[in-house]
Amino acid sequence: MATAISVSGLVKTFGRTRALDGLNLTVEEGEVHGFLGPNGAGKSTTIRVLLGLIRANGGTVRLLDGDPWRDAVALHRRLAYVPGDVILWRNLSGGEVIDLLGRLRGGISAARRGELLDRFELDPTQRGNAYSKGNRQKVALVAAFASDAELLILDEPTSGLDPLMEEVFRQCVAEERDRGRTVLLSSHILSEVEALCDRVSIIRAGRTVETGTLAELRHLARTSVEAELVASVPGLADLPGLHDVQQNGTLLRCQVDAQRLDALVAVLTRAGVRSLICRPPTLEELFLRHYGGAASELEPQP
Amino acid sequence: MIAGLSVLLRLALRRDRIMLPVWLYALVASVASAAVSLRHLYPSQGSRDRLALSINSNASLRALYGPLYETHSLGALTAWRMLAIGPVMIALLCQLLITRHTRAEEESGRLELLSAGALDRRAPLTAALITAGSIGLVFASVVLAVMLGFGQDVAGSLAFGLAFPAVGLLFAGLTAVTAQLAPTGRTANGLAGGALGTAFLLRSIGDAAGSSGASWVGWLSPLGWAERVHPYGGNQWWLLGLLVGAAAVEIAMAYLLLARRDLGGGLLPQRPGATTAGAGLGRPLGLAWRLQRGTLWAWAVSLIVFGFVLGGITKGLQQLVNDTPEAAQTIERLGGTTGVVNSYLSTCTTFVAMAVAVYAVQTALRLREEETGGRAEPVLATAVGRLTWAGSHLLYPLLGTFVLLEAGGLAMGLGTGAVLGDTGGWIGRLLAAGLVQVPAVWLFAAAGTALYGLQPQWTTGVWGLLGLLLLITYLGPAMNADHWLLDLSPFTHVPRLPGGAVHAAPLLWLTLLSGALAAAGLLGLGRRDLG
Ligand SMILES: Nc1ncnc2c1ncn2[C@@H]1O[C@H](COP(=O)(O)OP(=O)(O)OP(=O)(O)O)[C@@H](O)[C@H]1O
Ligand SMILES: [Mg+2]
Repeated sequence: MATAISVSGLVKTFGRTRALDGLNLTVEEGEVHGFLGPNGAGKSTTIRVLLGLIRANGGTVRLLDGDPWRDAVALHRRLAYVPGDVILWRNLSGGEVIDLLGRLRGGISAARRGELLDRFELDPTQRGNAYSKGNRQKVALVAAFASDAELLILDEPTSGLDPLMEEVFRQCVAEERDRGRTVLLSSHILSEVEALCDRVSIIRAGRTVETGTLAELRHLARTSVEAELVASVPGLADLPGLHDVQQNGTLLRCQVDAQRLDALVAVLTRAGVRSLICRPPTLEELFLRHYGGAASELEPQP
Repeated sequence: MIAGLSVLLRLALRRDRIMLPVWLYALVASVASAAVSLRHLYPSQGSRDRLALSINSNASLRALYGPLYETHSLGALTAWRMLAIGPVMIALLCQLLITRHTRAEEESGRLELLSAGALDRRAPLTAALITAGSIGLVFASVVLAVMLGFGQDVAGSLAFGLAFPAVGLLFAGLTAVTAQLAPTGRTANGLAGGALGTAFLLRSIGDAAGSSGASWVGWLSPLGWAERVHPYGGNQWWLLGLLVGAAAVEIAMAYLLLARRDLGGGLLPQRPGATTAGAGLGRPLGLAWRLQRGTLWAWAVSLIVFGFVLGGITKGLQQLVNDTPEAAQTIERLGGTTGVVNSYLSTCTTFVAMAVAVYAVQTALRLREEETGGRAEPVLATAVGRLTWAGSHLLYPLLGTFVLLEAGGLAMGLGTGAVLGDTGGWIGRLLAAGLVQVPAVWLFAAAGTALYGLQPQWTTGVWGLLGLLLLITYLGPAMNADHWLLDLSPFTHVPRLPGGAVHAAPLLWLTLLSGALAAAGLLGLGRRDLG
């Protein structure tokens, strides 16, 4: 499988701000790749580097086997982009903008355009200044999905969409994946990421902190354990890999690194278990830890 | 009390803390330097009377500065010199202030954020009007102080100073009305700017026509009223009252309309758009045409109308020559009656070129507007290179300026031919007169492009450059300004047609300089970060 996007050690500074600080990102062809990170982490900046709108200060960036700065025009024929905040020309109708963006990219399928307008329930005759936020977003989405591009770069594409339209969006992305397209999806909506993405990269403060499939990320994270024991176990807190231990007589709550779970359960069984709940981290917990914690904490424990 | 007004006022002052002092300084400096140079150039009553004679017998000078009636004081001379252009500058500033703090804020979405606070819906307009009014009054007080410093009398200095804010308020009121009517801020600005241009031309036409009949045309223009205030010689206070009264009516109308208008919308309705894009709208050229055509049409229509009218009043010039013997003398020196008509028409051509320079800057800066507005990004994310995108817009400052100058020349030729005969000849001469202005006009667009490509955050500075050079072009020659100062303006170097001799050299180097600046800008654009 070829690589659609490969970024390594990407650095971008704006004056004294270091927006990207050695960012790595690999997106394989044919996958839907989630691109996550807290506000200001550098997602949009990375995307703008990928689009050749801004120039990197350091690192290497390859996009569809080209240089996004030098080969911008040729590469853009093969990709479609949806910004998070779609701003339209006030006196152009939505239909005109869809056709315009499609043609500038090298053609648009009229049948697909009509079908997408129906699915997204978009009125193409309204003027740019008359659209609601969600409808402006739909204009860009229809233009992108109707374009038959190899690579879709979507920067928070569903901000402002209602739940029904969000569902249509998910179907469209799934169809694109089934047709072998590559999608880079930056999003803050975790259920969307969970439903659509094969792999995700999490960035923070301009660096990649985690990348892999969701299952892999879960595996790296801690499991929370709640147990009621027959007798209390002294010295539990000293076990390696255990965190946030709360003991109240025979009740135990703690977090355990995935690879230490086995050892913990063995200790507990010796003491006698009345009830035991092991819960893998929810996606929210996973991300919150990555978003909020200090970078060193995020390294998986040996 | 209007809720939120004081907050908005402070916000306006904060946002304009550089622009307002710069305008003020430029205007005060023009008044003071006009007074200094007039005192130096015309020290005796005799010299002042000779100046009046040569001005009053020369239609092109009257069109530029208005007739000079009162010559007994330095104040009267200064007021005459400044009242033809100063009020236009103040009016322009007031218009910009009103749209900047009302419609532009609405369109950017910022006002929506503020309006959700405890903000009266009249607050933004009120804050803008107060800002515009205060800047005018500050200017009036400084002018009063300056003129008193030159030893002029109080009443005259007061009338002189107040003429500026009175005109400013009138155009602020007008913009307040267009801002309620127009569907977009751009249209609101265009309508108000068109009205100001019309007022300027009507004033010029009335003054050029002089006593020969059509001088009543000048009364159609508020700028004509300001000129007729005659500070230090009559002090027609009632005209100041008329200006302020008209402003009050406009402002009242604006508030009435405001109460009926939605935030972000105009009162003039917008039709639904097309379902699919026409065949043309599929390339950068088509998009640029779609975005720029309205502006081009509006300019073309205005210049054609004004060109025709300016040409049409050449009839009055010849009559005047026949009427007054002293005038005939001066006119002989200018090259006879043909010389008078030629010098008048070449002045008109310079006016047209100065207006087209505004168009050139406006269209060149469209690139910056598209970029900061976030509308360049989706286009540049398609298979459109930066240079193609920029080029498609820069076609308008490049070719649109040519079209406009020639349209103005054609119309002026038709108008002149209609009253003087020899239509074909006049058209040819005035087309040529328009053509030689093209490189001078390009220079402004090129400077804008260079800034845009190399130092985008300073792009709007080109408006300051344009204003400064227009002021030099306009006031410089009559003030016997130093050569190096006049030489800064590209219009100084262009052959004065019809009538003058054509030298190719300045046209060539103006073109080369424009080309180099534009190229540097495009090169910079190709290298820099966008957005
Ligand atoms: N043109 C610019 N000039 C200066 N700083 C910038 C510029 N663009 C981005 N930044 C800074 O770079 C950092 C990354 O911004 P970016 O827009 O990429 O964040 P993001 O991950 O997309 O955030 P969000 O989730 O809020 O969209 C921020 O600190 C931002 O302030
Ligand atoms: Mg972002």
